[in-house]
Amino acid sequence: MKQLLDAFSSSRTERLALIILLLLILCALAAPLISPQNPYDLAQLNIMDGRLPPGSVASAIGIEEGAPRGLHRYWLGSDDQGRDMFSAILYGLRISLTVGVSSTLLALAFGLTLGLLAGYFGGRLDTLIMRVADIQLSFPAILIALVLLAVLGQGVGKIVTALFAVQWAYYARTTRSAALVERRKEYIEAARLLGLSTPRILFRHLLPNCLPPLIVVAALQVAAAISLEATLSFLGIGLPITEPSLGLLIANGFQYLLVGMYWISFFPGIALLLLIVSINLVADRLRDVLNPRLQKQ
Amino acid sequence: MLVFLLRRLMQSGVVLLVMSLLVFVGVYAIGNPVELLINPEADQADIERTMAALGLDKPLWMQYLIFLRQALAGDFGTSFVHGTSAMQLILHRMPATLELAVAALLIAVVLGIPLGLWAGLRPDSPSARAIMGLSILGFSLPTFWVGLMLIMLFSVQLGWLPSNGRGASTEILGFPASFLTWDGLQHILMPALNLALFKISLVIRLTRAGTQEALLQDYVRFARAKGLRSARIVGVHVLKNILIPIVTVIGLEFGSLIAFAVVTESVFAWPGMGKLLIESINLLDRPVVVAYLLTVVSLFVMINLVVDILYSLLDPRIRLQAQAG
Repeated sequence: MKQLLDAFSSSRTERLALIILLLLILCALAAPLISPQNPYDLAQLNIMDGRLPPGSVASAIGIEEGAPRGLHRYWLGSDDQGRDMFSAILYGLRISLTVGVSSTLLALAFGLTLGLLAGYFGGRLDTLIMRVADIQLSFPAILIALVLLAVLGQGVGKIVTALFAVQWAYYARTTRSAALVERRKEYIEAARLLGLSTPRILFRHLLPNCLPPLIVVAALQVAAAISLEATLSFLGIGLPITEPSLGLLIANGFQYLLVGMYWISFFPGIALLLLIVSINLVADRLRDVLNPRLQKQ
Repeated sequence: MLVFLLRRLMQSGVVLLVMSLLVFVGVYAIGNPVELLINPEADQADIERTMAALGLDKPLWMQYLIFLRQALAGDFGTSFVHGTSAMQLILHRMPATLELAVAALLIAVVLGIPLGLWAGLRPDSPSARAIMGLSILGFSLPTFWVGLMLIMLFSVQLGWLPSNGRGASTEILGFPASFLTWDGLQHILMPALNLALFKISLVIRLTRAGTQEALLQDYVRFARAKGLRSARIVGVHVLKNILIPIVTVIGLEFGSLIAFAVVTESVFAWPGMGKLLIESINLLDRPVVVAYLLTVVSLFVMINLVVDILYSLLDPRIRLQAQAG
């Protein structure tokens, strides 16, 4: 742990990336507490405030007496329905992160199990699993996601499924190559001689030693998954309109971008950008830290 | 060799079959296109007649067999929305997508190789660091977001380039092409650049790595010792040797350009087959969706097959491994 902290304090860019990432995650977690309005509670929206540029003060017209909120500023402007963009971004971050992280975790669990089995047992099972993974990896992620979403339709569960399907092969392959090396080592032989059950050997002994490269791949894949989800949602085939992720917010503002109202698309885009780039930088740093070859130098 | 070829062909066949089954069952199982396509005031008899006309009344497995037989003949049914053959629609839109993909590939090569060479020759200079930093961005930024920013900057703020559409095109060998007119060039520049972004980053990285490796080789030292100008060493000796892997990778990446064109075409309203796919998914126009997916998947399976066969011809180890496994 201390090593980790040291690694991040040594480089200014990566430290900044880590801070930004933690801030974004915090914002996403605390969205209902810190956002000026609940962007999906229609009672709090004022259609008269639609498409206001950043910094505008909310108008009093149309708000009933005793409305829950006083006048506030739209620091990042408002969209066509008078939704505060800052609040919408916070809620969007939440959805984007949830979808990205949950699909990655699911794929990780599935992929690493298959990878462990393939690497540990070898033989036909290995050939089968790796053949399927290879075939899948020969197609670009977006094509697989398009096929699945065209098949499944829209929805949170469906996009998580699509992102899961896109990712698992990476983990299976990474785990397998690590497991192939580890299974020949003496501690595995010792565990086997002790008569431990196979699941125990796989998950208690083999898995922890295969983990470091997986963590890096998973971290990079979270960014890729978030990016892909945003892309698919932007195309209108990802998340439904009731789950407005950053990608959907950007899609919403696209038509207004063309007439000069940049803020509806621009600010969610910046949030997405910060999220993806900071995850990538942090993952890159993690790779250096977890790579024992580099550490010894 | 024959065993390898047969095995590989069979694998491609299985992939295609699985894909077709997946696509067919899934696409034909969601939603009811009849509700979308028939006048809401139509009576039950009308609806049944239309369903029979579209072949939707038969059991699913029968629909699949009929579909498979027709698909092998290149017939994916009639588009529910456009009323013309789905395959025809795809083929009609394909030249626009191919043109965009080729343009993107050209941009990737023309920009990527010199930048990569530069970064490889002076790895510690600030400019090389800037190039590598940009290539990391090119890898990690979502394509559609960059597209939006390009539109915002060049169309909305500066007003230099049109934000959507294909512009005027001229006929070449019966296909419309837009790179011969000024208007067409203006229209294709931004989408092609947008689509190329990821590949530019890739080419920069490959070229840089290749250059750094080549500079340590004996033939470069020998050329230096001979007193050749460094421009000639880089332009002829280094470039020639690093070009082989770059060309291979670029060839492989062409398929993914076509797949990613879906995004770029939607952002820039480029009338290619990717945009058609998204429109068709939203309208539940199933024959077109199926035709697109199977066309592109077949394209991929074909590219992969050709590459594998070429590799096995060049490197017998791959062939032997496949036979053993």
